[in-house]
Amino acid sequence: MSTAWLTIILASVGTFVLRASFLVFADRLVDVPPLGQRILRQIPPAVLAALVLPSLLRPEGTLDLWQPELLAGAVAGLVSWRTRNVGLTVVVGMTVLVALRELT
Amino acid sequence: MNARQAVRDGLRDTAPMLIGIIPFGLVAGAAPIAAGLDASHAVGLSVFLFAGASQLAVADVLGSGGGVAIAVLTAVTINLRLLLYSASLAPPLAQERLRHRLAAGYLLVDQAYALSVVRWDGSDDRRDRLPYYFAVALLLWIVWQATTVVGALVGASVPAEIPLTFAVPLVFLVLLVPVLAEKPSIVAAAVGGIAAVASAELGAARLSIMIGSAVGIAAGVVAEIRVERTGRVL
Repeated sequence: MSTAWLTIILASVGTFVLRASFLVFADRLVDVPPLGQRILRQIPPAVLAALVLPSLLRPEGTLDLWQPELLAGAVAGLVSWRTRNVGLTVVVGMTVLVALRELT
Repeated sequence: MNARQAVRDGLRDTAPMLIGIIPFGLVAGAAPIAAGLDASHAVGLSVFLFAGASQLAVADVLGSGGGVAIAVLTAVTINLRLLLYSASLAPPLAQERLRHRLAAGYLLVDQAYALSVVRWDGSDDRRDRLPYYFAVALLLWIVWQATTVVGALVGASVPAEIPLTFAVPLVFLVLLVPVLAEKPSIVAAAVGGIAAVASAELGAARLSIMIGSAVGIAAGVVAEIRVERTGRVL
């Protein structure tokens, strides 16, 4: 087997183990202890913010608080908060980003 | 609510995400070719690995002469957050058959996780969960496979003027907003986001999402306990 295929298979198996881990044993997790429940409740906000904030604060790979992505993200955040509309938020956010890039 | 409606909702909720997924898939198909791998490798990465950022990283490491061990470690590091998704979706899917949970695991990606966890708030019908999840995840899977094949064979000629990939964080932003209903979740998000940025600045690179998430979860748990005991976060 080539190096590339060996890598692909091993990385895929490793990734599948991560994905399936808790789901495989989910049927035995009916009684989650209180601390476990606390942790589970905080996963969505923590993970989603960790996915979003770096894209807005360091779009080019270094922290930069004066760039179009951050302002576009802030406007999109407002639209999202007021409307909860994914399509509208994406369109407004990208339009603001394109407009700001044109201006600068 | 019924299963058919859940499928329709899943497809509808996923549609705006495709704005960001399509250019990302084209790049994920073209990157391995640019790194000197074959089209079969590009497709293999999409079918077996099925995790965008790590596919790009594997192509990058192999293309720059890195070994198998480094490439695999890099991919697994990037994908550590999937462990959190698996834990988070385990309770709502606890009563499903094992083979359905395994299939759900194979299809587990950021978008499928984020949409499902926001929808399954406990007030929903348990029987509608898998139809919704598989509608979302299979649509993402099909579009991902199709775009990587096109990217590998034709190349990714995405217009640079239109920042299509910016749609990806925007979608997660929309999903983040309803999650911020209580003080502890706001603390978890604020601390998690800042920790992700800070650790990336300090050189954590691909581990920064996992570090940010872990720090944010810890902060949220502490905040929740404090709110219960004293009624305040600080």
